[in-house]
Amino acid sequence: MDTGTFRGIITGLLIIAFLGLTFWAYSKRRKPDFDEAANLPFADEEDSSKHASRDAHRHETDPRDDDARENQGDKNT
Amino acid sequence: MSTALEHPTYNYKVVRQFAIMTVVWGIVGMLLGVLLAAQLVWPELNLGLPWTSFGRLRPLHTNAVIFAFGGSALFATSYYVVQRTCQTRLFSDKLSAFTFWGYQAVILSAVISLPLGYTTTKEYAELEWPINILLAVVWISYAIVFLMTIKQRKTSHIYVANWFYAAFILTIGVLHIVNNAAIPVTAMYSTSIYAGTIDAMVQWWYGHNAVGFFLTAGFLGMMYYFVPKQAERPIYSYRLSIVHFWALIMVYMWAGPHHLHYTALPNWAQSLGMIMSIILLAPSWGGMINGMMTLSGAWHKLRTDPTLRFLVVALSFYGMSTFEGPMMAVKTVNALSHYTDWTIGHVHAGALGWVAMITIGSMYHLIPRLFGRTEMHSVSLIAVHFWLATIGTVLYIAAMWVNGILQGLMWRAINADGTLMYTFVESVEASGPGYIVRLIGGLCWVVGMLIMAYNVTMTVKRSDVAEARQPLAQTA
Repeated sequence: MDTGTFRGIITGLLIIAFLGLTFWAYSKRRKPDFDEAANLPFADEEDSSKHASRDAHRHETDPRDDDARENQGDKNT
Repeated sequence: MSTALEHPTYNYKVVRQFAIMTVVWGIVGMLLGVLLAAQLVWPELNLGLPWTSFGRLRPLHTNAVIFAFGGSALFATSYYVVQRTCQTRLFSDKLSAFTFWGYQAVILSAVISLPLGYTTTKEYAELEWPINILLAVVWISYAIVFLMTIKQRKTSHIYVANWFYAAFILTIGVLHIVNNAAIPVTAMYSTSIYAGTIDAMVQWWYGHNAVGFFLTAGFLGMMYYFVPKQAERPIYSYRLSIVHFWALIMVYMWAGPHHLHYTALPNWAQSLGMIMSIILLAPSWGGMINGMMTLSGAWHKLRTDPTLRFLVVALSFYGMSTFEGPMMAVKTVNALSHYTDWTIGHVHAGALGWVAMITIGSMYHLIPRLFGRTEMHSVSLIAVHFWLATIGTVLYIAAMWVNGILQGLMWRAINADGTLMYTFVESVEASGPGYIVRLIGGLCWVVGMLIMAYNVTMTVKRSDVAEARQPLAQTA
């Protein structure tokens, strides 16, 4: 096998890996895990308590904000 | 800093150090940029001295803004984000302190050695071999601290920002070591182990991946934490973040040859670099769209929150310059744009519009929290800084577009008999007005950074006062 064929095979394998990754990422089964991961910036405890109180405060002042954070983001599933 | 500000779990000390140095190096680097812009208008400003000549100060400017300002920002935010999203303390306080002092030592060495004329002549890798070895040691320590912190995380997932930071740290380590492989000749002189065209290709494989991993992946890590935090919404699509992460990682590696169009590099390699650069538009815009869409339903926040404005305008400039980049990588466009001011304009659309704006937005979120406060000393000064930065960037890139196209057209114009229509110096003369507009844009940026420095100083001072009154640290 010459170098060109070898490189071609590697490129082909990378394309298959990428397509596999895309299907994996967009499968329905991953959704709950990804939702949990997406909320990690808000997950550390002291912040979430402070955050909740700020949310509650804003609830009175700005009705556009009343969606819970969990309902935001990618709804395309 | 007194112990009252210490967080019970996290190591904020090293984050604070890097955050403050981000502002300091930002001012130094941008002041150098303004001096260089002024030298292009008034060449006498080089004072006739070798140490202050354009050729020596220019690499100092690029090293200061990219590696000192951008690098300190990446250290600060990556150490902050990895602790907050893994809910654990940094792997080692001592090793992370070493990365701070070691990295600052590398920057100081650059500040001394570059004006003295020590250079490898490789763009963005000008530092000589002893400094490169120190940087390699610091960088490997950084990788150990970061990856070991992820390893001991208390959460089950590794948040996507950490993926981007990890890719940036590992790739920059590899790029730095491979591109700087050299044979030392004297204490401050070495020759590359690569020869001729291969040396050029290795250099631009390094150079473009410095753009792709230092200035893109690293700052996307920043974006994936600070945009959701400031908008108080999770990222628009987590799955898109995964797909565009891997696409970006796989494609960026191949784009380097577009820096060597119409050179001795084999033609097939130039075409490959061009095609890969065009493909790069997709993963780049994946990141931009993901950040932008995070604001859906929260756009009204932009009216009251200048920090969020910084972050969103950064994403707009990111989208714009990642469209411009692939376009300029097309060989026919490159035939016009290469070696002109258009390239400098493109770089600054990315460096000022994207990198600096996302950094400043992140710093305005981060700094009050590091010093036990909920907000910066003055929110209206953030708004002033925002407008100075935006207007400065627009002036800068518009001036360079005009200059670049003007130069490109003048250089290629030929008379009927095949001789050149213009001499080179005529194109320099025609560029004069653009250089003045660019200088004004740069001045806007420096003034904005000085306002930021004042705002940060007042925020830090106030936290000392608050702390004296009430010793319990507020942590957010």
